[in-house]
Amino acid sequence: MSQVFENVVCKFCGCLCDDITVEVEDTHISKVKKACPNGRGMFLDYDSSYSKPFVDGKEASWDEAIAASVDILNKADSPLIYGLSSTSSEAQRKAVELADILGAVIDSTSSVCHFPTSLAFQAIGEVTCTLGEVKDRADLLIFWGCNPLVSHIRHFTRYSANAKGRYIKNGRKGRTVVVVDVRPTPTSKVADLFIQIKPGTDYEVLTSLRALVNGKELEKDVDGVATEDLEKLVDLMKGCNYGVASFGMGLTMSAGRQYNVGELFTLVVELNKFTRFSAMPMRGHGNVAGADQVLSWLSGYPTAVSFACGVPQIGPGEFTSVDMLANGAADAALILASNPGAHFPYAAAKQLNKIPTIYMAPAGDCKPESATVVLPTACYGIDAEGTAYRMDNVPIRLRSVLQKTRPTDEEILLQFIKAVEKC
Amino acid sequence: MLGILGGTVIDPTNGITLQKKDIWIKDKKIVSAKDVDPTVAQTIDASGQIIMAGGVDIHSHIAGAKVNSGRKLCPEDSLRLLRPRTAISRSGSGLTVPSTHSTGYLYSEMGYTTVMEAAAAPLVVRHTHEELEDTPNLDKGIFITLGNNHFIMKCIRDNEFAKARDYVGWLMGAAKGYAIKIVNPGGVENWKYGKNVDSLDDKVIGFGVTPRQILTTLGRINCELKLPHPVHIHGLRLGQAGNVDITRETMELMDEFGAHFCHVQFMSYGGERGKMPTSASREIAETINKKDGITVDVGQIIFGPATTMTSDGPAQYGLHQRVGGKWVNDDLESESGGGIIPLTFKRNNPLHGTMWVTGLEVFLLVEDPWKVFLTTDHPNAGPFLGYPQVIRLLMDSKYREQEFEKLPASAKKNALLPDLKREYSLEEIAIITRSGTAKRLGLKNKGHLGLGADADITIYTPADNREKMFAHPSWVIKDGEPVVTDGQLVLEKQGKTLYVSPDYNSAIEKDIREHFKDFYTINFDNYPIDLEHLGPVEKILCG
Repeated sequence: MSQVFENVVCKFCGCLCDDITVEVEDTHISKVKKACPNGRGMFLDYDSSYSKPFVDGKEASWDEAIAASVDILNKADSPLIYGLSSTSSEAQRKAVELADILGAVIDSTSSVCHFPTSLAFQAIGEVTCTLGEVKDRADLLIFWGCNPLVSHIRHFTRYSANAKGRYIKNGRKGRTVVVVDVRPTPTSKVADLFIQIKPGTDYEVLTSLRALVNGKELEKDVDGVATEDLEKLVDLMKGCNYGVASFGMGLTMSAGRQYNVGELFTLVVELNKFTRFSAMPMRGHGNVAGADQVLSWLSGYPTAVSFACGVPQIGPGEFTSVDMLANGAADAALILASNPGAHFPYAAAKQLNKIPTIYMAPAGDCKPESATVVLPTACYGIDAEGTAYRMDNVPIRLRSVLQKTRPTDEEILLQFIKAVEKC
Repeated sequence: MLGILGGTVIDPTNGITLQKKDIWIKDKKIVSAKDVDPTVAQTIDASGQIIMAGGVDIHSHIAGAKVNSGRKLCPEDSLRLLRPRTAISRSGSGLTVPSTHSTGYLYSEMGYTTVMEAAAAPLVVRHTHEELEDTPNLDKGIFITLGNNHFIMKCIRDNEFAKARDYVGWLMGAAKGYAIKIVNPGGVENWKYGKNVDSLDDKVIGFGVTPRQILTTLGRINCELKLPHPVHIHGLRLGQAGNVDITRETMELMDEFGAHFCHVQFMSYGGERGKMPTSASREIAETINKKDGITVDVGQIIFGPATTMTSDGPAQYGLHQRVGGKWVNDDLESESGGGIIPLTFKRNNPLHGTMWVTGLEVFLLVEDPWKVFLTTDHPNAGPFLGYPQVIRLLMDSKYREQEFEKLPASAKKNALLPDLKREYSLEEIAIITRSGTAKRLGLKNKGHLGLGADADITIYTPADNREKMFAHPSWVIKDGEPVVTDGQLVLEKQGKTLYVSPDYNSAIEKDIREHFKDFYTINFDNYPIDLEHLGPVEKILCG
């Protein structure tokens, strides 16, 4: 039995492309059109078949696995809920509800990604826009510390450099692309201007640009970057109609972190005295923007939130997951649709072997040997419906194209909420 | 079944003022005594208490993209009001931008049962719906911003009124919205080019249409679609000295269609352009009093912290140039924009003092309480928690005098306020906080206590200090169930999202589909909100 689904949404990355065509043969996806290699892989490799949960490495029934999980959560004095970025907002809302009643810490993957962007946001604000504005208006595109041709493969064609916009009808020819990075990348190779900077000098370069924008002169080169190059960039920025500066881990996870982002945000604010300019963080996971939104509306803070004192508290460096684990502050962890063992620094990752852990992820995605409980779930956007937020915060409804055989994150979290002892 | 016995009822919609009357409730509605079995019904002894319908807020920013950016922007606001979780309620934080559950609880504890979210762009309205689902104990509706909508401006440019009308008909149903909101028509679009609009006949860049055309087109559409609430307007030149002229001009223009002008305090200044605003309350009240089709809500300043948030992007840019500090701006493709700036209103600041005076003067100079409603444009002029204080200022002229005296001399100099001795009665307060707002919203089953009304009821213990009285009602009933008893929150329940779904010619969908291809980066098929994606809802009929 073959079925074709149009306008399917891909939740692999923050682009949240919603024009994918998916062909389904019986219980698996046989063909995918328009998706980039990341999206194709996600859809084509997906296995929707039923699989049992695991407790202590052995197959168990769902009742046993839920009970074991509830037991872990009840016994913990300082549980950590981590992940969230690849699951729906409906599930994220349930995860926060669970954290509230447990007095737990809850943290999304932005913890090791764009949390510094949120911290800069709290200090400065942000002048930004939706991706349609980028497509229609942006005649200057700056990509700072990010590599969209590799990380957000359809960004250029759908939203930015190569897109034909209503006011930029000749697409790429009507735009100037600037890349600032510490080494050449596929993206820098197609740029009109590539400024290579030394690692850890983003702040100095950004503040120098601000000085130039504000009419100051630079006495000398900035950490090896020629003043002429910076002046050229400033001319481009002041002279454009609508500039957009997109940025990634090059700013957020290098020396200076939120101060790097804050300096970029401030530069963009100042450019709005001369022209229109926006900043946009390149959100990685398909619904990490949603995790920010959900946590903010339920607690007031975007991530690294502790409910241990009965009120929400934010704690960068304290309630961020790497720190919770590396400091031995978490005595149990519920990992939602994520793989911290693969991404966290060793000091934090090894702690996951020492404490009881519950992993909830689509089957096959993540089943570490050390996991106490593994709960294989359905996948939002493939065999479950739900809402996700694009990198520019536009919410889009994820469709389901396969029959689900495994429970959703939402269904499992609801069972936890009903069963755990309230703190 | 529930009976509220022996209370003193104030129900202006049904002409009842301070009458002892029993109220009976069955199946979430107010019914007559004969429909209830008194032996089975639970009863509340309300002797000595004042009974009103639950509060209905006609304009408040409580949910969605802008509000949430405000929450994320201001961790300092979270610390102003931390709400611990209890056995029956979630934890929360925030004073001017409370988290969603806290918003519901705080409004509930203050006796409100219906709140209208004042602005959402349809591109991101799904976010508003999600947050409203997490806002308990309230019924709510969403005003959909259309004043800078590209499809509509195209239709105006091409002289295609019927298409614009059918588009709005489709869009209100697709967004599950309640009313048409217009914010700085044309100005928000021009801000994408670094410009604004300054008069009703300025041109919108890229379309060549004018604010006048946008306003009258939407006014006419509203009438033809027969939406329950008239167009809800945030006009031009918000916050600027001398803007009372353009506000009056816009009221004259829109009177024939019927229109509600929001937070009119911000739009009612005299003074020389570019200089210090003064109160032009007399001028604006004259127009409001004269024009039968016009109502307003005030947007009263509350001294203390506020978070300004509006779709009026250029106004916020202007504010940022003046006050500095943190600033969020967001341009939304083909539809809207917006900006957020946290602010503190200070009693010793002459401008803030003038703004405070302006709002109160408007309340006291508009003669008909059915035309002037109590809001703080939460959280722009102040948090909704300030409403009881405003009530006291309106009811107690001595208190008002005391507070006026605290202002700096320049704010007091030409004020009319000291000579306005009028004191609002309880009946008038009921009108400006529930009866009048519900009527203007077209909510036939709210704001009153007649048979068939929704059983949303608030019980107040009378007190000379009207702020205390209205800040802490003793009982609040939502859909027939007590949610606040003896002044304490006892129940969290989900309210309904009220929406309209007007008739329209479905042939328009072909045009809209085409429009989406060039004007949006989201597919037409992924844009509408399906009912099955929403929690409890109630469709309010058009016509």
